[in-house]
Amino acid sequence: MRSFAYVSAPDVASAITAIGASPNAKFIGGGTNLVDLMREDIETPDTVIDITRLPLTGIEELPGGGVRIGALVRNSHLAADRLIRTRYPMLSQALLSGASGQLRNMATVGGNLLQRTRCAYFYDSAAACNKREPGSGCDAIGGFNRNLGVLGVSESCIATNPSDMCVALAALDAIVEVESVRGTRRIPLADFHRLPGSTPHLETELAADELVTAVELPALPVAAKSRYRKVRDRSSYAFALVSVAAALDVRDGMVSEVRLALGGVATKPWRAHEAERILLGAPAGEESYQRAAAAELSAAVGRPENEFKIELARRAIVATLRALDGSVA
Amino acid sequence: MTLHPEVRPRPAGHTMEVRLRVNGADRTLQLAPQVSLLDALREHLGLMGTKKGCDQGACGACTVLADGERINACLTLAVQYTGREITTIEGVTDGELQRAFVRHDGFQCGYCTSGQICSAIGMLAEHAAGMPSAVTEHRHGDAELTDAELTQAEIRERMSGNLCRCGAYNGIVDAIQEVAR
Repeated sequence: MRSFAYVSAPDVASAITAIGASPNAKFIGGGTNLVDLMREDIETPDTVIDITRLPLTGIEELPGGGVRIGALVRNSHLAADRLIRTRYPMLSQALLSGASGQLRNMATVGGNLLQRTRCAYFYDSAAACNKREPGSGCDAIGGFNRNLGVLGVSESCIATNPSDMCVALAALDAIVEVESVRGTRRIPLADFHRLPGSTPHLETELAADELVTAVELPALPVAAKSRYRKVRDRSSYAFALVSVAAALDVRDGMVSEVRLALGGVATKPWRAHEAERILLGAPAGEESYQRAAAAELSAAVGRPENEFKIELARRAIVATLRALDGSVA
Repeated sequence: MTLHPEVRPRPAGHTMEVRLRVNGADRTLQLAPQVSLLDALREHLGLMGTKKGCDQGACGACTVLADGERINACLTLAVQYTGREITTIEGVTDGELQRAFVRHDGFQCGYCTSGQICSAIGMLAEHAAGMPSAVTEHRHGDAELTDAELTQAEIRERMSGNLCRCGAYNGIVDAIQEVAR
């Protein structure tokens, strides 16, 4: 690993002042992704600003029923939190389905938002990768792309966003709060991550000198009945091939409220707006779920190695919704 | 550690004083900031019980406890653990899990064993504190449930961050289950 300067920030003001003064600096939280990327020479900061001492570790109930989560709350603690388990079970399930017990004890909410792709070509310095080296090309498109994306892809990049947590946050209309010397901004999670387009190296709306300080979940009664379903090559400690975060409310046989997001298939946490539009007000049941899933996936671009994900996603969406409406276990 | 008023990159190879508390003893090291906690333990403190398997957070061989919580020592900078209580396999002196692993053939080559044992200690503490697992949440979906029985399925899920390439999983799970009872 290359050498860098290290400082530990005692408070938010010091942290954002330090990064404002040092354009090639990076914040470090749990380190579970950044340390690995620095060891692989993919991230090469000249300064690392440790933010683990900042007082951003609270989980607070907001007036009106929402929840505010400090950016340094660790994944294991968030998953075990009673407010999260009762009001947003899909989030607790998403967190618990990610990584391992050790990694969840280290990884923070803020860091998880910024987790980078696990595309093997991004990690392989001998391969062309527009995300790692803009303009170099993409060896994944014609290569081994079984675990890569089918939604939101471009000619430049088909790398999937690997986060489970963010899929639940996308479904829950979470807000990301960020701070810099210029002040505070609130960014809807849905807008936080960018599509790759022709600039896959630009992954989020976060400016280089901004610090994620919190994530807020709005009050969302439908989320009390929600699920995160993750399909993968082994039953634990693996990234998703397909995942579905869903919340569903059925009144008089009709879908009265629904939230749906997909992971493992897209270049960013994928809110399934088209499927939600079709489901809302439709009769609850297999036929509507099939129609909604097919509509959402109609824009999917499969390649010989990963086109199975389109069918797998269709089935996972339908199965998750059926489990929520009580028609199957 | 206070924030330097001016943050400037320093020449490669610079070191800083890092105070760690390891297995109950205070240890002061001069380390470059990029030294991982794993390398600090093995290369600088000579504690070879913690193993380097993948060095990328995929195998769990480097698992140690930080203030009682299990972590991957390979994916963290030693300097970030200033003042924290680190426990490695050398500090696990009661031998209960070790004896259970021997009784149940919970290893073959033994390379993953110290990570398995440190992970199991952390896992049992998480379970005792009422922390759920993916198995708990999907099987029960009950936020009030904080004492899910440590079934084989629960142990396998909660221990999934520790790989054993010899495939001694049946013995590992039996050993942990025996100690949990």
